[in-house]
Amino acid sequence: MKVYGDGMSACVARVLLCLHEKETEFELVPVDLFACHHKLPSFLSMNPFGQVPVLQDEDLTLFESRAITAYIAEKHKDKGTDLTRHADAKEAAIVKLWSEVESHHFNPAISAVIHHLIVVPLQGKTPDAAIVEENLEKLGKVLDVYEEKLGKTKYLAGDSYTLADLYHVPYTYYFMKTGHAGLVNDRPNVKAWWEDLCSRPAFLKVSPGLTVAPATN
Amino acid sequence: MAGIKVFGHAASISTRRVLLTLHEKNLDFELVHVDLKDGEHKKESFLSHNPFGKVPAFEDGDLKLFESRAITQYIAHRYEGQGTNLLQPDSKNLAHYAIMAMGMQVEAHQFDPLASKLAWEHVFKLIYGLTTDQAVVAEEEAKLAKVLDVYEARLKEFKYLAGDTFTLTDLHHIPAVQYLLETPTKKLFTERPHVNKWVAEITKRPASQKILQ
Repeated sequence: MKVYGDGMSACVARVLLCLHEKETEFELVPVDLFACHHKLPSFLSMNPFGQVPVLQDEDLTLFESRAITAYIAEKHKDKGTDLTRHADAKEAAIVKLWSEVESHHFNPAISAVIHHLIVVPLQGKTPDAAIVEENLEKLGKVLDVYEEKLGKTKYLAGDSYTLADLYHVPYTYYFMKTGHAGLVNDRPNVKAWWEDLCSRPAFLKVSPGLTVAPATN
Repeated sequence: MAGIKVFGHAASISTRRVLLTLHEKNLDFELVHVDLKDGEHKKESFLSHNPFGKVPAFEDGDLKLFESRAITQYIAHRYEGQGTNLLQPDSKNLAHYAIMAMGMQVEAHQFDPLASKLAWEHVFKLIYGLTTDQAVVAEEEAKLAKVLDVYEARLKEFKYLAGDTFTLTDLHHIPAVQYLLETPTKKLFTERPHVNKWVAEITKRPASQKILQ
């Protein structure tokens, strides 16, 4: 398997976490985002939306990190961590549910904060404080729901670590380096969940690659 | 008997994704109306169904779900043997599974944010007595045009987004597409021949017609 991308990209990191959880060999092929190589025709032929990561597995070319991870989890469902609870239809549906929550409630808010606090300054521009504030508020409300859920189950979809938890890891890692880590640390169940996610061997292998330096406000 | 219940609004894009799936599967269900204009989805009685306060919520016996695309995938798998097959024809083919999963992510992350914003500006804002922001429309249409260029290239090669059969990947697009066809944004679909053909195919399906009633 080849993964095209850079380990500092949150979306690429999702795929790397999954590969490590599944104890699967892979090659990481660097794509220079700062030089806009992801917009070159050679890259667009793999992902016409011009985004990393891309996965190549023999004849198959895939993009969208959550589709790539779903594929890896399914292909290797009999080894490594059970990331999808595939043996039980109801549990599998609940994993999908919390994966959708990450996609539609958590990710839009946290990625907007990370974009303005980390990416925008790297482009030499000033972050839009209003957008940061608005999205911190949204993120807080999402984390309130997580706080309650994580008081009932150890992980989001139940008592096992699944893709639903994994999807949150890269952006949360960056977020905890901003000055707003309190949103996590002030919620005891969310904090405990986050600390658990950070203790996993797959995380310890991938986090050194998450190297984009944040602003601290 | 518990059966299938959908808690939602018959005009909501997300609720319609679920209704479409149930109709395609010929499944009986009860639609429990949630009065969005009245803020019912933010009240305690609904939050117990979905703590994020969004329609739809869903029950099948003792299984409770929310998030339309989690619900549709559950229905498609659980009732695989009945009604329209909404998964790939060869359910054991891993590559085909992956391509369908990818198409669903593209709908969720590339298409829907733009289509939903445009539906909000053109249609739903007016219901709430607000006015369309033409600057937002222009901006979002420019982005949607680029996405539909990718779709045009794909639909030149395949009849549907995940291959040659209709799947959840196509279905997830239908409710937003139906709204946008009633607005000036329609041109983005009609001026791309393969997209236009695909739109005609997916919207003429009996289930697609049923949700408009």
